[in-house]
Amino acid sequence: MTANGWLQIAVFLALIFLVTKPLGIFMTRVFNRERTFLDPVLRPVERLLYRVTCVDEKREMAWTEYAFAMLLFSVVSMLVLYLLQRTQLYLPFNPQKMAAVPPELAFNTAASFTTNTNWQNYTGEATMSYLIQMAGLAYHNFTSAAVGIVLAIAFIRGIARREKTTIGNFWVDLVRTALWVLLPFCLVGALLLVAEGVPQNLRPYDHAKIVETQQVPKVDANGKLVLGADGKPATDRVSEQVIAQGPIASQEIIKEWGTNGGGFFNANSAHPFENPTPLSNLIEMFAIFAIAAGLTYTLGQMTNSSKHGWAVWHAMAILFLTGVLTLYWAESRGNPLLHGVDQHVSATQPGGNMEGKEVRFGIAASSLFATVTTDASCGAINGWHDSFTPLGGMVPLVNIMLSETIFGGVGAGMYGILIYVVLAVFIAGLMVGRTPEYLGKKIEAYDVKMAMLVTLVFPFVILVFTAISSVQGFGTSSILNPGPHGLTEILYAFTSQAGNNGSAFAGLNGNTTWYNVSGALTMLIGRFMMIIPMLAISGSLARKKYVPPSLGTFPVTTPLFSVLLISVIVIVGALTFFPALSLGPILEHLLMAAGRTF
Amino acid sequence: MKRNLITAVLMTLVTTILLGIIYPLVVTGIAQGLFRDKANGQLITRDGQVIGSRIIAQPFTGARYFHPRPSAAGNGYDAANSGGTNLGPTNQKLIARVADDAARLAAENPNQPVPVDLLTTSASGLDPHISPAAAEFQVPRVARERQMSEEAIRQLVKKHTEGRQWGFLGEPRVNVLELNLDLDSQSSQRATASVAR
Repeated sequence: MTANGWLQIAVFLALIFLVTKPLGIFMTRVFNRERTFLDPVLRPVERLLYRVTCVDEKREMAWTEYAFAMLLFSVVSMLVLYLLQRTQLYLPFNPQKMAAVPPELAFNTAASFTTNTNWQNYTGEATMSYLIQMAGLAYHNFTSAAVGIVLAIAFIRGIARREKTTIGNFWVDLVRTALWVLLPFCLVGALLLVAEGVPQNLRPYDHAKIVETQQVPKVDANGKLVLGADGKPATDRVSEQVIAQGPIASQEIIKEWGTNGGGFFNANSAHPFENPTPLSNLIEMFAIFAIAAGLTYTLGQMTNSSKHGWAVWHAMAILFLTGVLTLYWAESRGNPLLHGVDQHVSATQPGGNMEGKEVRFGIAASSLFATVTTDASCGAINGWHDSFTPLGGMVPLVNIMLSETIFGGVGAGMYGILIYVVLAVFIAGLMVGRTPEYLGKKIEAYDVKMAMLVTLVFPFVILVFTAISSVQGFGTSSILNPGPHGLTEILYAFTSQAGNNGSAFAGLNGNTTWYNVSGALTMLIGRFMMIIPMLAISGSLARKKYVPPSLGTFPVTTPLFSVLLISVIVIVGALTFFPALSLGPILEHLLMAAGRTF
Repeated sequence: MKRNLITAVLMTLVTTILLGIIYPLVVTGIAQGLFRDKANGQLITRDGQVIGSRIIAQPFTGARYFHPRPSAAGNGYDAANSGGTNLGPTNQKLIARVADDAARLAAENPNQPVPVDLLTTSASGLDPHISPAAAEFQVPRVARERQMSEEAIRQLVKKHTEGRQWGFLGEPRVNVLELNLDLDSQSSQRATASVAR
C-alpha cells in the first residue's frame, strides 16, 4: 500500500461526496416535475414521446398498476432483445457478419440485460454485431437503469406521501429518467471517454501487419499441440493482428452511468479500448457511484429530512472504505506461492498480485475499481476477480452478498438499503418496546413481512443453485480452478446474478445449458422478486397517516442510526453467507498461507 | 391493461430508435469530427499499411525487441478475442508457469530480480504497457543484441515512459510498441523479422 494509492482512494471518495448534493437536487426536481436547465431542449421531446406512445402524463398509478406497467415493459423489451440476437445476420450494422446467437445464450443474455445484471456468457467482439451492441445491449443499459431509478423514486414517494393510494406514473418516470438523468450525462461522458482514447466508429475490424512476424505453436480446437510430419510441434506463421473496434464509447459510458457493466469486449474495462488511461478509469468509477450517491440526497430532500439522507450516505461510505482497504491490502501483499518474482512495490513498478491486472492501473486503481463495481451492482471489471488473492477476491463477493447497498446499483441500491432501513427501525423499535416509526410512518407487520421476503429470497436462490451446482457433474465440469477456489467460482456466479451485478469469477464456463438457464432464472428472480415486495411496502407506506415524532421515536438522522444500519446489513449478510464463505475464500486463504496448491 | 400493453410496445420501439440508434450515431458523428485519431483506435501506419494500434499490445519475442507482458487473449495478443487466464492464486498451472518463465528470464539477466508484471498475464491480454522496472530488466539484452550502449537504450526507454496521469492517477508505464518502433528507426539496419524461439 502506498501513499499514492491512498490518495487515489481519497480523491475518488471526495469526488463522490461533492457530486451527491447537486445531482440529488437535480433528480428531485426532475421527479417532482419542476423546471431544470435542460427543459427548453427536453420538454418538447418528452411531450412528443407521450403523444406517440399514448401516455397521459397527468394520470397517477397505484403500486399494483405501477408494478404491472414495469413488468410489461420489461417483458416486451426482453423479447425484442432475444429476437434481435437471433436474427442479427439479416440486420444492418453487421460488418463482421456475426451469426445468430444460439437460443439458450440469447435467452441468458436477454434476461441479463433486462435485469440490469449484464452477466455475459459470450465474448462481445466475437459474438455481437454493432446493431446488437447499440440497439440491443446499450439500449437495455439505458432502460434497465431507468427502471431501477424510477422504482427507487416510487419507494421514496411512498415514504413521503400521506394517505394517498398512488405512487406516480411509471411511464412518465421512465421517460424523465431516460431524458434528464441518463441521456445528457452520457452524451458528455461518451465524448470525454473518446478524448481519452475510447474508439467510436462503425468500420469493420482492422487488419494490422504486425512489426515482428511470429512463429507460434499450432494448436487444435481443444488447445492441444499439433505435431508436424517430423514429429516436432508444428508452427503457424502469424503476421497479422485483427483489431476489433466499434461504437464503444457510447456504450461504455452508459455501462457505468447506469451501473450495468456489460462490456463491449470480453475483457470489459480492462481492455485498452474500453478504459485506455488512469483518467478514463477515474471517470468510469465516478460514473458508477454518482447517481446512487445523488439518490441519498434525493431521499433526504423528498422526505424533508436531508440529515437522514446523509446518515445513509455515511453508512454506505464506511462500508465502502472497509471493503476497498481490505482488498487493496490483500492484493498489495502479492502471491506468497510465486518464487523468483519481485512483487515488491517500488518507484518503478506496482508490485503485488499482478496476474489479471493492467500496468496502467496497478494495484490501487484495480482494487478501487473492483470494490466500486461490486458495491454498486455494476459488474464492469478492470482486472479479473478470479485471479485475485483469496481475501482480495472475497471482498467483491461480500460486497454483492450485502445486497449491493453500498451506494449500490442506480435505484436498486436505494431501494435495497431502504429495506435494511425498515429492518433497522424495526429492530430499534423492538429494543425500546414500541411500534417502530420511520419518518413519521408506522412500520407494521405487513411492511416487515415484505422486507423479510426480500432478504430471504436473495440468499435462497444463491445458496440453492450453488449447492446443486457443486454436487452435480453439469455444475462442476465448468470449474477452471480446482480446490476451494472452484466453490468460490460457483458461489460468485450465482451471487453476482442474483444481485444483478454481472461481474464474474470468470474462469467458470457459464456458457452451458445448465448455467445459461439457471443463471437466467436467478437473474429474473433476483430482480423481480425484490421489486414487487418492495413496491408493496411503498404502496402500504403511501396509504398511512403521518405520525409526528415523539420522545420515544428512534431518530434516523444520527450517527447512532448509521451504526445500527451498518450492523443490520453486516449481521444479516454474515449470518446468511458465513458458512459458504468459510468453505471458499477463507479456507483457500488458510491453505495458501500453509503452502498448499491445487 | 390493454392500454399499458400498447404503451409498452410503442415505448420499446420509440426509445430503441432514440437511445439505441440516434444516440450512438450522434456520438459517432461528433467523435469522428472532434477526435478523429482516437475515435478510430489510434492506428499506426507505415508505408500506407496499418501495423498496429498505439494502445493495443502486439507480440514481440525476438531478443532485439522489448517484450510485452504475457498474453492470454486467444492464442496470444488476439485483439479480436480479449481476456486473461483467470487462474486462481493457488492453481498449480499458474505457479508452474510463473516458475518456468522466471527461470528463463533469470538466465537472460541474472543480475536483477524479475519484475512481477513480466511474469503475469494482463487482464485484457492486450496490455500495451510494461512497468519501468520491467523495461529496465530488458535493457541489457536489447543493448547487447543491437550493439548499442545501455545508456542509449535507457534514454529511449525514458522517452517512452509515461508518468502518473495528473501526477497521481494510475502507475508509471512504458509503451512497448512505440519503444520498439523507435528502436527500429534508430538502429542502422532496418528490422528484419527475427526468428522466434
